[in-house]
Amino acid sequence: MTLKSDDVRSIAHLARLHIEEDAVDHYVDDLSSILALVEQMNQVDSQGVEPLSNPLDATQRLRDDNVTEVNQRDKFQQIAPDVAEGLYRVPRVIE
Amino acid sequence: MPMTVTEIRQGLASGQFSSVEITRDYLQRIAQHNPALNCFISVTEDLALQQAGAADALLAQGNPGLLTGVPLAHKDLFCTDGVKTSCGSRMLDNFIAPYDATAVERIRDAGAVMLGKTNMDEFAMGSSNENSWYGNVANPWNTAHVPGGSSGGSAAAVAAGLAPAATGTDTGGSIRQPAALCGVTGIKPTYGRVSRYGMIAFGSSLDQGGPFARSAADCALLLQAMSGFDARDSTSSDTPVDDYSARLEQGIEGLKIGLPKEYFAEGLDSRLARVIETAIDELRKQGAEILDISLPNTHLSIPTYYVVAMAECSSNLSRFDGVRFGHRCENPVDLEDLYKRSRGEGFGAEVKRRILIGTYALSAGYYDAYYLKAQQLRRMIKNDFQTAFDSVDLILGPTTPEVAFKIGAKTDDPVSMYLQDIYTISLNLAGLPGLSLPVGFVDGLPVGMQLIGNYFDEARLLQVAHRYQQVSDWHLQAPEAFS
Repeated sequence: MTLKSDDVRSIAHLARLHIEEDAVDHYVDDLSSILALVEQMNQVDSQGVEPLSNPLDATQRLRDDNVTEVNQRDKFQQIAPDVAEGLYRVPRVIE
Repeated sequence: MPMTVTEIRQGLASGQFSSVEITRDYLQRIAQHNPALNCFISVTEDLALQQAGAADALLAQGNPGLLTGVPLAHKDLFCTDGVKTSCGSRMLDNFIAPYDATAVERIRDAGAVMLGKTNMDEFAMGSSNENSWYGNVANPWNTAHVPGGSSGGSAAAVAAGLAPAATGTDTGGSIRQPAALCGVTGIKPTYGRVSRYGMIAFGSSLDQGGPFARSAADCALLLQAMSGFDARDSTSSDTPVDDYSARLEQGIEGLKIGLPKEYFAEGLDSRLARVIETAIDELRKQGAEILDISLPNTHLSIPTYYVVAMAECSSNLSRFDGVRFGHRCENPVDLEDLYKRSRGEGFGAEVKRRILIGTYALSAGYYDAYYLKAQQLRRMIKNDFQTAFDSVDLILGPTTPEVAFKIGAKTDDPVSMYLQDIYTISLNLAGLPGLSLPVGFVDGLPVGMQLIGNYFDEARLLQVAHRYQQVSDWHLQAPEAFS
C-alpha cells in the first residue's frame, strides 16, 4: 500500500493534527514503509479466527452506579490553558 | 556505591544509615552524573528529603513497611500528584498531575521515597529514548549508545546507581528492552497485574507497569508493592498476588524451559546468541530441563503489534486537544485550528507517525483489513504460547536481537527501529509476563536474557532469575564511569 500526499493530508485532518506542508512527502515515505511492514499480515489466512481484543479474553467489569468521584474543579482548572468563571474557554464555535 | 534495595533495607533496619542520609547520597549522585546521562526529567529533592524524614521516624518506631525509606524513581508516565508529569512530551511540559497513579500510591504507601521522574520516549513510543522532548538518554556502559526505550531513563538510572530501583511501563518491550541494554533486571507482569490507573495510556490492551532493579530479589519487593486489584482500572485482575520474595528460594530442579527456535533464528547477533547459550548451560546445571519448542507465528508479531498499538494510541491520544490541560497553540483562529496546531506543536515526529497510521487503520473502509485482521492474528499468537505452555513451564530467549546501538543509528528508519522489539512485543499481544536479566556482554555492552512465563506466573520468573543470580555476578557489575 503506497499512500499519496492527499491521503496523508486527509488522514491528518481526521486526526486533527497539523503537519507542515513541506513535511508531507516525508510522511508519505514513512507511512508507506510502515504500511508495507503491516501488509505482512496478509501472508496468513485468518478466516474464522475470533478477534482478540483483551489479551485475557476478559470482559468489562461492571460496578454499582454510585458516585465515586468528588468535585475537584478548582484543582483541575489550575492546569487548564484558559478558564473563566469555572468554565474552559475555546474560540467561538457558534456565530 | 551502587547498592541493592535489599542492602538498603538491611542498612536502614540496622541503623547503619538513615533514609535521609541514603537519599542525600542518591540526590548527590544524580546531581553529579545526570548531566552526562539525562536520566531524569525532574528531580524532586525537597519532596524526597521530606519523605525520607518521615520514613526515618517510622523506622525509629520499629514498624517499617516493605520499602520504608528506600529511595527510587518513577518513569515520567506515572501521574504524581502535584509533580510535573510530562510523558516525555512537549504536550505535557506544563502538566502538573492532579492525582497519583495507583502504582505510585502503593509504592509510597509501602514507604518508598521518590527521588524524581525519569526520562522516556515521548508517550512511551520508541525503543531508544531518542524520541523524548527532553533529549536522549545515554547508556551508562557507553554514553555514545542508546539505553533502549521507552523506559530508558529508569533503566539507565538504575544501571548508573542514580537510583537503586525505578518504575517503568511496557507496551511492546519498554521495560525488558532497556533493562537488557542497560544490564539491569526488569519485569513486565501479566496484563492486569499492576493497575493502569494514572499511567498515561498508549495502547490500553497492551500497557503494563513494572519495576527495574539490580536483582530479581529487588524486583520481587517492588512488584509486591505495585501489584494487586484496583477498582479504578477496569481491566485490573483480581487473581490473588503471590508472595514473590517467599518463593524466590525454591529450586529450579526439573523445571521445563522451552527455547523457541524462532527466537534463535536469522536476525539474532551470533555473539549475543553464544552469551545466551552459556546462560542456558548454567540453568541446565542448576537442574532445569531444556526443550526445543516452536512459536510459529512469531514473524507476525511485529505487523500485528504495530497495527494494534497505533490504532489504540490514535484513540488514546485524541484526549490531548489543548482544551483542559497540556499544550495550547497561540492565537487559534477557531476550534479546529486550536486542536490541529496544539497537537501539531505538542507532539513529536514518532508520535505523529503513529497517530496517523492508527487513524488510517481505524478509518472507514480499512478497519477490517487492518484492526480486525490484527486482532485475529493476535489470537493466533496467543494460541502459540498456550500450546507451548502445555509442554513447558517457562520460555526463554534473548530479550533483543543485538546489544545497544549507537545514538542516531536508526533514527531515520522507523521500521528498523520497530524490529528491535521482535522478541518482546508478542508477550504484550498475548498479555503474558516477561523478565529480562543480564547474562553477559558483547563489545562491552550488556546482553539481556528474557524469561517468559504463563499468566500470573511472575513468581516463577523471579525465582529462576534469582537462582541464576545466585550463581553468576553479571547483575552485580556496574559501569566503571559510574561505579
